Amino acid sequence: MQMRAPKGVMVLGQTDGEDPRENIIICRCNEVTQKDVEDLIDRGITDIEEIKRLLRIGMGPCQGRTCIPLVMGIIARKTGRRMEDIKVPATRVPIRPVPAGVLVGELDEE
Amino acid sequence: MRSRADVVVIGGGIVGLSTAYHLAKLGADVVVLEKGYVGSGSTFRCASGIRAQFTDEANVKLMKYSVKRWKELSDELGYDVGFVQTGYLFLATTEDEADVFRRTVKLHRRLGLGTRIIDMDEAREIVPILNTEPFILGQWNPEDGKASPFKSTFAFLMRAREMGVEVHEYTPVTAILVENGEVMGVKAGDRTIKADAVLNATNAWAPLVNEMAGLDRELIPIKPFKHQLVKTEPIKPGLVNPLVSPPSWNDSYIIQDAEDGGVIGGAGVEHGPTYDVTPTYDFLREVVRWMTRIAPPLKYVHIIRQWAGFYAKTPDSNPVMGEIKYVNGLYIAAGFSGHGFMMAPGVSEAMADLIMKGRTKVPLDWEWYDPHRFERGELRTSAFQIG
Repeated sequence: MQMRAPKGVMVLGQTDGEDPRENIIICRCNEVTQKDVEDLIDRGITDIEEIKRLLRIGMGPCQGRTCIPLVMGIIARKTGRRMEDIKVPATRVPIRPVPAGVLVGELDEE
Repeated sequence: MRSRADVVVIGGGIVGLSTAYHLAKLGADVVVLEKGYVGSGSTFRCASGIRAQFTDEANVKLMKYSVKRWKELSDELGYDVGFVQTGYLFLATTEDEADVFRRTVKLHRRLGLGTRIIDMDEAREIVPILNTEPFILGQWNPEDGKASPFKSTFAFLMRAREMGVEVHEYTPVTAILVENGEVMGVKAGDRTIKADAVLNATNAWAPLVNEMAGLDRELIPIKPFKHQLVKTEPIKPGLVNPLVSPPSWNDSYIIQDAEDGGVIGGAGVEHGPTYDVTPTYDFLREVVRWMTRIAPPLKYVHIIRQWAGFYAKTPDSNPVMGEIKYVNGLYIAAGFSGHGFMMAPGVSEAMADLIMKGRTKVPLDWEWYDPHRFERGELRTSAFQIG
């Protein structure tokens, strides 16, 4: 949890008066914040498959390694569901990003 | 859950949800039943392209109207559907193919599309990373485009719910109630919903749903074929704005996601019939080969995702839409053969009109899409298959 500075004190990287949840990044690939996730849940969209697609969480180069567990935690906390009852979305291949040229033999693997 | 509705829609993809919205607009009480989450069947797996550039009159007219509706939807629904008119660019590799393109352009112009032939200099301006060398000319319609499958599905879902439509996810239909050749409602497990009309909007699963109404699976022979896509990491916006496709290169295509900047690639590698969605290596090799030939700089870009979905194909690759004549009140809009997402706005308005009023002003040729044409041994000219 982020510390809140006293009113009127400027904190680098955080605009005074903003909802602090806007500064908590859940998905680095697509710059999704805690507030983005919670706003969708407040609108009744609580299915991880749906949140994933609307916010493109887990669809960036990291393949969801960071964000998916965080989103599952937020869903569990806000809906009262247990983490183990939330189904993890399918992991897509390739497990690690591969340059297209490597797949057609025109580039060497980095 | 309501125990009575005017219409039960089976299938919560873009076709089912947009039809529910149009039905509600006409004053109907509607329940939508979806066996997974909304969009989980084929909508969320699609490549997002929207085009009026078909090669036959029925599909061109329907899609011309759908494109007009796509333009209106964000304002009408109050939720952004992410539609942008970035065009479709087809590329000819031989003189024979160039002649086909010229004839197609004539058909399009007669039907009021803005399609035209362009040279490779202009193509390069439209797609800055295009490899112009292998191609003779392009067939270009700047009014085609793309939308977000995710945002548009939710736009219809949210608006429909605000209008009183009940949408139940993870609720598979288990029976369709039919008495004396008339539809009476549906069952979902131990729950029954009485209804005057039922719409089968389950695309790849439509024959299994027809079977619940006592119809043979082969009556309307829709079969699920696995098609796949890959996506790259984000690249600079605008490098591949339109859908770009040389049809003679195994129906391959590339199109940049307007939202996250990744490039989606597809190719005509087909598996099935099957309900399996496991990605395959043969597709990955094939699609990347063509992507890097269409736009060579893509060689240096990482592939980050590969997934599969279904082309719910009929024998002539044209969808079926209309009432099923053996069961009064049972309707179908399915078998979209890869074109359900782009067609949904026009199709859904027409289907809602048909169900509620028995007629529509939407330019949809019911005869062309007749669900019973296969019983008569009729096949339409195959709908042009790409993206």
